[in-house]
Amino acid sequence: MPKELWKGNEAIAEAAVRAGLGAYFGYPITPQTEILEYLSRRMPELGRAFVQAESELGAINMVYGAACAGVRVMSTSSSPGVSLMMEGLSYIAGTEIPAVLVNVMRGGPGLGNIAPSQGDYYQAVRGGGHGDYPRIVLAPASVQEAIDLMGLSFDLAEKYRMITLVILDGSVGQMMEPAEMPPMQEAKRKGFDWATDGAMNRERRVLSSIYLNPHDEEQTNFRLLKRWKDAQASEVRYKEYFLDDAKYIVVGFGTAGRVALSAVREARAQGIKVGLLRPITVSPFPYEALDQLTGQAEAFLVTEMNMGQMLDDVQLAVRGRVPVEFYGRPGGVVPFHDEILDEIHRIASGPLAVQSNPRESWLARMTA
Amino acid sequence: MATENLVYERPEAFTEMPTHYCPGCTHGVAHRLIAEVLEEMGVIDRTIGVAPVGCAVFAYNYFDTDFVEAPHGRAPAMATGIKRVLPDRVVFTYQGDGDLASIGMGEIVHAAARGENITVVFINNANYGMTGGQMAPTTLPGMKTTSSPNGRDVETQGYPIKVAEMLSTLAGVGYCVRRSLHDPKNIRLAKKAIRTAFETQVRGLGFSMVELLSTCPTNWGITPVASLKFVEEHMIPAYPLGDYKISEAIKQVKI
Repeated sequence: MPKELWKGNEAIAEAAVRAGLGAYFGYPITPQTEILEYLSRRMPELGRAFVQAESELGAINMVYGAACAGVRVMSTSSSPGVSLMMEGLSYIAGTEIPAVLVNVMRGGPGLGNIAPSQGDYYQAVRGGGHGDYPRIVLAPASVQEAIDLMGLSFDLAEKYRMITLVILDGSVGQMMEPAEMPPMQEAKRKGFDWATDGAMNRERRVLSSIYLNPHDEEQTNFRLLKRWKDAQASEVRYKEYFLDDAKYIVVGFGTAGRVALSAVREARAQGIKVGLLRPITVSPFPYEALDQLTGQAEAFLVTEMNMGQMLDDVQLAVRGRVPVEFYGRPGGVVPFHDEILDEIHRIASGPLAVQSNPRESWLARMTA
Repeated sequence: MATENLVYERPEAFTEMPTHYCPGCTHGVAHRLIAEVLEEMGVIDRTIGVAPVGCAVFAYNYFDTDFVEAPHGRAPAMATGIKRVLPDRVVFTYQGDGDLASIGMGEIVHAAARGENITVVFINNANYGMTGGQMAPTTLPGMKTTSSPNGRDVETQGYPIKVAEMLSTLAGVGYCVRRSLHDPKNIRLAKKAIRTAFETQVRGLGFSMVELLSTCPTNWGITPVASLKFVEEHMIPAYPLGDYKISEAIKQVKI
């Protein structure tokens, strides 16, 4: 396929269609509404299911129903709407069925604003819904990467019978970039041996997340965790930039990682041995890659568009062996690359101490 | 030698699971009517049920069909998701009054408004049974529950919601009636209504709902017989039985 100019949100919609999306259920919310609008035209023309739901609660439970029927199904929303979907996500996780949810994140908490943000990292990666459940979380940094990850998101959801979240900020959703679409796949049900699609010529099936006997629920939790171990072993994805000889390592995902790359390039041109690790799967997180890099790094710099959430995961990987510094812009503010360049200069001019909570010194610098 | 005639047996659409419902509760009657209708229509192997949260949370144990278990109140949304991707299957929800008329009011109204081709069996027993008899949107004025211990005071706790009347105003609704399970005659009428509701669905004639006035002897704190009398004397005057909407196309259907 030739490259075309695609807006992020519409690209996500078309990429999902081409990945064999059989049903879409959504609700309008900025900055992701173009996905809903695009699919309101595209899905019916292909004879596939589309419903604009009455709420995000309705949308995620329609996803739940269609997922039980064994089709590729997706919803999309933005931060406040995703909060409303957490009930459904927990049920889908407990029922061990595949579904994809895209969160085009905006500034929060509360109604917040409609500017790009990464404030929902904890919600996506740590849970958000009730109960113990793992989930796969992909974080694209460009329109092309968002396209490429849509197909993967369905494959992973089905392989591990698990929710896959795709989290991006509003800037990736709203920007236009040249990108290439994958070929079209039909929206065929795959004959999953768990789907509730009518008990024709087979024993009936029940899909639920209820295990009234705590010991059965405990076994279910163990089963989810074992499946998660497999995902952790096989599905970690990240991009490395200038890491071979890097003494200073920047870690950022999505747009924050992309802005950091510009800063890293400029610092390299100035002769600073700095590199970037940009996680693509923020869950499972690339702990091992960061653990190994700790051997060569004199310091890490975590950049995020929030108050320091992925920072926890980097600290878990680094385990206090070298300093981990933080630079974030929360509330819907996107950092400029020269802000991150200044941070690289600060770190490269050392010496730095290992801090248990790098947010404190960051906050002091930001509010001085 | 005397011959024995089998006059009553387990419907084919039932599993052999013994009931968990309280003695005298009419959930079992409602379940049986649905099972008989599915068997008579020959659709057991293409039916997918959606269970609620409430006393009927284990409905999936009784029906020998595919079943899913919805979050509280969300059964119509789940049913929508299933029906939209499997339009040739028969999809029904079974919901109580807390589930449908309180937490799930948004989902039921919009499924009805969209004219989803699903069938809803709505059990109105004027309280939250599973959690021990709290006030529901359908609790009668003055009725004592564990969360309206002095009787439902409409000044502070609001008025009952008449679901069948309310949904019947929506253009997407093909069939919407209220029946009662308090005596054999009404049970027969309820079964006919359930059959008509499923016939509405298989003909693609829109959303169908049967509201069933039901008993809850345990939480009402009276005997099963007194409960049936309570339905007749107190529930029916508040929730009149009747056909609230039957579209012209369904009126032509002969069962």
